[in-house]
Amino acid sequence: MAPVLEIKNLNHIYSAGTPFEHQALTDVSFSVERGEFIGVIGHTGSGKSTLIQHLNGLLKPTSGQIILDGKDIWSDKAATRQARFRVGLVFQYPEYQLFEETVYKDIAFGPKNMGLKPEEIDRRVREAAGFVGLTEQQLQVSPFDLSGGQKRRVAIAGVIAMEPEVLILDEPTAGLDPVGREDILENIQAYRKAKNATIMMVSHSMNDVARLTDRLLVMNGSRLAMDGTPVDVFRRAQELLDMGLDIPVLSRVFLELRRLGLDVDQVYTQDQAVEVLRRWKEAHHA
Amino acid sequence: MLKDITLGQYFPGNSFVHRLDPRTKLIMLIVYIVALFTAASWLSYGLCLGFLVAVIAISTIPVKSILNGMKPLVFILVFTGVLNVFFTPGETELFSFLGLSVTVEGLSRAFFMMVRILMLVTSTFLLTYTTSPISLTDGLESLMNPLKVIHVPVHELSMMMCIALRFIPTLIEETDKIMSAQKARGADFESGNLLERVQALVPILVPLFISAFRRADELATAMECRCYQGGDGRTKMKLLRYKRGDYQAFGVGALLLIAVICLSVLGL
Repeated sequence: MAPVLEIKNLNHIYSAGTPFEHQALTDVSFSVERGEFIGVIGHTGSGKSTLIQHLNGLLKPTSGQIILDGKDIWSDKAATRQARFRVGLVFQYPEYQLFEETVYKDIAFGPKNMGLKPEEIDRRVREAAGFVGLTEQQLQVSPFDLSGGQKRRVAIAGVIAMEPEVLILDEPTAGLDPVGREDILENIQAYRKAKNATIMMVSHSMNDVARLTDRLLVMNGSRLAMDGTPVDVFRRAQELLDMGLDIPVLSRVFLELRRLGLDVDQVYTQDQAVEVLRRWKEAHHA
Repeated sequence: MLKDITLGQYFPGNSFVHRLDPRTKLIMLIVYIVALFTAASWLSYGLCLGFLVAVIAISTIPVKSILNGMKPLVFILVFTGVLNVFFTPGETELFSFLGLSVTVEGLSRAFFMMVRILMLVTSTFLLTYTTSPISLTDGLESLMNPLKVIHVPVHELSMMMCIALRFIPTLIEETDKIMSAQKARGADFESGNLLERVQALVPILVPLFISAFRRADELATAMECRCYQGGDGRTKMKLLRYKRGDYQAFGVGALLLIAVICLSVLGL
């Protein structure tokens, strides 16, 4: 099947031609298949945020192309506008953009801008609220009366209600308690399953990306440094540490074991660790 | 983008002008403005211009950024110029245009007015370019101190100004962020009639106001936690003190003012 998103030789330079000129993206290319769950990791200032703002046409590339379903999103005005709706972007701390009188109206903002019929808007709002676990009563209260975690879910529902084929989230769990984090991650999974949507999640939690994603993009110094499955990426644990990135706790343990001379594979999940250690034990008892 | 606004921006540096006491710079600015408005001849304008060029050279501020700051002024400049060219009464008519006569006096007056505005704005730019907002408010507070006798809340005013200046970049950044977020939900700020455009601002203004109040609240708490209780008995870490450079600057400023006054009294 054709990739849903194709990014070709993307370059972005901020404030070009001024003393404040700054190259934020250098020759970034990759493609995204339907239904993938992609984690984007990288140091602060590595270009992650700039990259994701290109994917729905908020930023215009200095050079390069973003192709959505076979069509360049900058080829004409209608295509750019379509990209806004088909690629949903949830910013960091999205609860700060809530503005309507009721939760219902705020979630309906996106679908309304799409020019949908009232019945369709109503269906989408209720469905989106369902994905993030908001109750019927909560739809009618002011978003400013909710708790931090609930506000965050309202904001995410506001993007989900546009039913984007690609949902991009910039650190969706930042600043939440463990229960709140888990809830949000489950909401995202539920949406992905129901709509066969593609998810891209920027995160600093290596344990989360290791557990949830099936592909990782590593940004470093405005370039795409690695692109592969979590197994491939976390096998290069030392390189990640050199980039100033964190690695999953178990990767750290196994990196140390290898340094001590133990001949084991580099792993990052609990199951893998058990498996590898069992094999090692059997080999050494035989 | 909103971020590109340069008006009132501070350029960090370590030139003679940067190191001057903020009070010196404030007083010098007032002296310079008085001199500018007293000046009435080519010679005195030349003096003022020379002074300004010298200060720009010493301050090492790139001329390009000063010129960039002038862009919003183009309209006012053209407006002033046109008004003065056509509506200055004069004897020596050069030619007439749509029933309005253009005279030598009109042209020279228009030229002087435009140059005056340019120099006025450039000199205030030099103040904000070379003085950090914090030291500028420090200087203002210190200069306005005598007004405390007539119960003007000098400290509170300068604290308010300081906080306002501090939060301008933060709020601009915040506005940018909120705009992007609402655009991602399909908000459209560029098309539609006036009413639609005003309505399109609601999704930006509401979150912006809420965040401004939240920030104000947090700041107030943070200040109270550090026992802030107004200006009474408050001491300063950096005491303002005039140094040799300040006296030299005052000397040059006084000379300029005296020279310009003498020139206009003599009618040169």
